[in-house]
Amino acid sequence: MTTLALATQDSITMLGRELKHTLRYPLILIASIVSPIVMLLLFVYILGGPIGAGLGGAGRGGQYVDFLVPGILMMTVAAGCSTTAINVCTDMTSGIVDRFRTMAVSRGALLTGHVVGNVLRTLVTTAIVTGLALVVGFRPDASVTDWLAVAGIVAAFSFALAWIAAAIGLGAKTVAGANSASLPIQFLLPFLSSAFVPAASMPVGLRWFTENQPFTPVVDTLRALLTGAPVGNTGYVALAWCAAIALAGYLWARAAFRRAIR
Amino acid sequence: MNAPTKNATRTAVSANGLRKVYGDKLVLDGVDLSIGEGEVLALLGPNGAGKTTTVKILSTLIPADAGTASVMGHDVHREPGAVRVQIGVTGQFSAVDNLLTGEENLLLMGRLLHLPPAERRSRAAGLLERFDLLDAAKQLPATYSGGMMRRLDIAMTLMGRPRLIFLDEPTTGLDPRSRHIMWQLIRDLVAEGTSILLTTQYLQEADQLADRITVLDRGRVVADGTPDELKRRIPGAHIRLRFAGVASLDEAARALPEGARDDGELVLRVPNEGGIRSLRDVLARLGDGAEVEDLSIHTPDLDDVFFALTGHPTNPKEQDR
Repeated sequence: MTTLALATQDSITMLGRELKHTLRYPLILIASIVSPIVMLLLFVYILGGPIGAGLGGAGRGGQYVDFLVPGILMMTVAAGCSTTAINVCTDMTSGIVDRFRTMAVSRGALLTGHVVGNVLRTLVTTAIVTGLALVVGFRPDASVTDWLAVAGIVAAFSFALAWIAAAIGLGAKTVAGANSASLPIQFLLPFLSSAFVPAASMPVGLRWFTENQPFTPVVDTLRALLTGAPVGNTGYVALAWCAAIALAGYLWARAAFRRAIR
Repeated sequence: MNAPTKNATRTAVSANGLRKVYGDKLVLDGVDLSIGEGEVLALLGPNGAGKTTTVKILSTLIPADAGTASVMGHDVHREPGAVRVQIGVTGQFSAVDNLLTGEENLLLMGRLLHLPPAERRSRAAGLLERFDLLDAAKQLPATYSGGMMRRLDIAMTLMGRPRLIFLDEPTTGLDPRSRHIMWQLIRDLVAEGTSILLTTQYLQEADQLADRITVLDRGRVVADGTPDELKRRIPGAHIRLRFAGVASLDEAARALPEGARDDGELVLRVPNEGGIRSLRDVLARLGDGAEVEDLSIHTPDLDDVFFALTGHPTNPKEQDR
């Protein structure tokens, strides 16, 4: 068998292991959607009224819930990061990685399994959150192609963030540390994006940051796709960010793996 | 594949001048060792001697800072892949996937070894039976005892039919019964012709299992030989008698002239090679005159080996890594 075929086979084995872990402990998957759901309910039923009224035209005339849900979906993607950071850290702090490393297993297979596992998990969690959003009044205006594009953006963004999460998990000394180190991705960057309010409504300095950080084009793309608005260049910007984050995360994770096993 | 071989001319492991430094701590300082095919080598030493570091270098986990090592004819640094397909490693700490059942752990190994599905299943079933884990096969390792965990760990190592197995302190922390089960498992592997590098802190374990013993102390090899050769260099078993006063010690020393007396501690050490029979004899000759305050039977242990070979006891301050 060729090296590539072996690497693929080993990665599929590691992915199977990761999915088996998730199925055995679905609580971890459920835990990762608690905070996006709490945010969804909080903003729809408590904060959404005044915010929606305050935004007025910024909400593009629609209901605030339609503005909000793409942000919640992006937050769901980000929340999946803690699971990957925790799972990678759990592996690294147990003896199992040393066992893999004394076997003729392809080097990148373990991390590839974690990252692809994160993408599949995130597609499930975002589907669940979307379902709940429909129940609380989300009324998307999207074609089948739009929905496929949404799934594609979700997959690309979770793939990119998962490499960052893997690097965080590799660098963390404890599982608790891995979880806290992933908090900025889960909360800080989503709040400092156009997930909850448009960037235009923010003070100047913050607005500059929000407009130029990766979460904003991703959420704007999701919002355009789901509200039937034209996507324009934002989609390309979002995809370019995903590619850049994935590459940076991959290189970081590779370096962190080498450091961790020394 | 595992036909017994007594062809001692072929070497499973050959290491020369291995050096390893962690920060400013010299862990290995020029270690040489060799294992013939089908041979069991025990690497004996206290904590901090460098046993685990040696295993990590030979099993391709970490590079040596200097020196060379080849395993099954392949250089560990230049051809790690060729080494990995022939070795099995059971480390000091359990290397099982705690979220998978015992059987799933074995099947995972089979997949990573690229075994065909039918062979995966039959080998896993065979190992579960051989290692007395059939009842626990569908349970998570969290429910396993220490001995079961260690057996699963070794069973995972054996999924690949390795020709050389590294066992890093395989019985540390096990109760005596589990220890004897583990010893029998190791003897069975030897009977199949597998070469083994075993690390241990117990002289008795090395004596029981190994063809040769290499004694490691502070990163250096201080002795190398068969268990018999080594034991000849170590003071034998003795009975230690402690007395209430010098008068009693004098009287006992007259009754047992072969004993070595220590006036400072009021102790007489009498050689005791014959076990209970010799103990009874010593007590009979001692009579009722001397007042014995304390009696203990002493068999040689790692401390005696070290004291005899290095002139210093195992150093508790060095007990890291």
